[in-house]
Amino acid sequence: MKIARHSFLEAGARTRVRGLLDAGTFREFCGPLARRTSPHLPLLDMPVAFDDGVVVGEGLLAGRPVLIAAQEGSFMGGSVGEVHGAKLTGLIERALDVRPDGVILLIDSGGVRLQEANAGLIAMGEIQRAVLAVRAAGIPVIVAIGGRNGCYGGMSIIARSCDWIVISEEGRLSISGPEVIEAVEGVEEFDSRDRALVWRTMGGKHRRLLGEADALVADGMDAFRDAIAGYLGRSRAHDLDSLETEQARLEARVTRFAECRDGVDVWAALGVDAPERVPELEPDAFNRLLGTLEETSR
Amino acid sequence: MEHLEFSFDHGSMAPANDFAHAGVVGSGNLEVLLERAELSGRCEAVVDTAIRGYERTWHKVLSDFVTRQGLADVRISINDGGATPAVVCLRLDQAAADLKGAPA
Repeated sequence: MKIARHSFLEAGARTRVRGLLDAGTFREFCGPLARRTSPHLPLLDMPVAFDDGVVVGEGLLAGRPVLIAAQEGSFMGGSVGEVHGAKLTGLIERALDVRPDGVILLIDSGGVRLQEANAGLIAMGEIQRAVLAVRAAGIPVIVAIGGRNGCYGGMSIIARSCDWIVISEEGRLSISGPEVIEAVEGVEEFDSRDRALVWRTMGGKHRRLLGEADALVADGMDAFRDAIAGYLGRSRAHDLDSLETEQARLEARVTRFAECRDGVDVWAALGVDAPERVPELEPDAFNRLLGTLEETSR
Repeated sequence: MEHLEFSFDHGSMAPANDFAHAGVVGSGNLEVLLERAELSGRCEAVVDTAIRGYERTWHKVLSDFVTRQGLADVRISINDGGATPAVVCLRLDQAAADLKGAPA
């Protein structure tokens, strides 16, 4: 894995926002000075963060107005508690008033903050409802996944409710994390310490090959910015027809890949030559490979 | 959790910016928020830390920081996830550089 000089993976939430937006255009809402901290963590004798682990605000990307949120993966795994969730919901709903060219969510999260379980679960529903309302208004919601925590739990449901997903090879997207699957189903089913297995089944390339992500980019601010800019102002259909098409695609997938035990088996079934070499491919070569396959867009 | 408050009377340099923020609350790390405040030249610090029993160490580290940076009229707020004094100094100096308007 090459670490780019302006790595998205290595950056914190504010660095990501500054790295993606046009210089000097970011205006943060409810920043650290506002001290909107979790009311639950002190009761559990745990330290709070002044921004509750999420940066939200507005700015310009490639000269176009956007709303943007970035989860701080280093604070409690980017988890969604009551305040964190309210900040995300409020930002997304603001799009209905200011009508930006896009709402951008930089997801880096294991999902609901277990210490705020019910508040976090409610927040997930509120965030999803806000996403769907904004999509219904014709404003695209664009997700970027490329942090250490990946995109898991409720946040993975949010991500797949949005218009577009940009992901790096280092990014991961799945409902249940590796440790959760191993704990529930046993190590024979899924060995969470097998990192190559984790990336073959949940990593950015696999999700792109399955059509669950729309762009696979290198780990770098420029690559993420360029891909996100390409989706600004572009909504994707979200009506009964599109949902039925997606349902049919997923049902066909269950049948088609029923015998597959590993990502490599899926790639072979998709018609990838030398599927075992997919993890070695640089993003450009990988994207050329995608062009030779039929079923990689959702 | 332990809540600590300190007050320091050193310093003469008023900050160039209204506030500065550095670090993330996590294991072995902390966040530091520095704000310009009317404190008659003093600096005040509030620390919320996950680790109990280090009040004297916090006082030494913060006193050294305020003196070294020559800060006046600054409110220091810290949420700590168990950082070592070296990490605390690093984050404080990062925030102070931003507060003074040094190039990023």
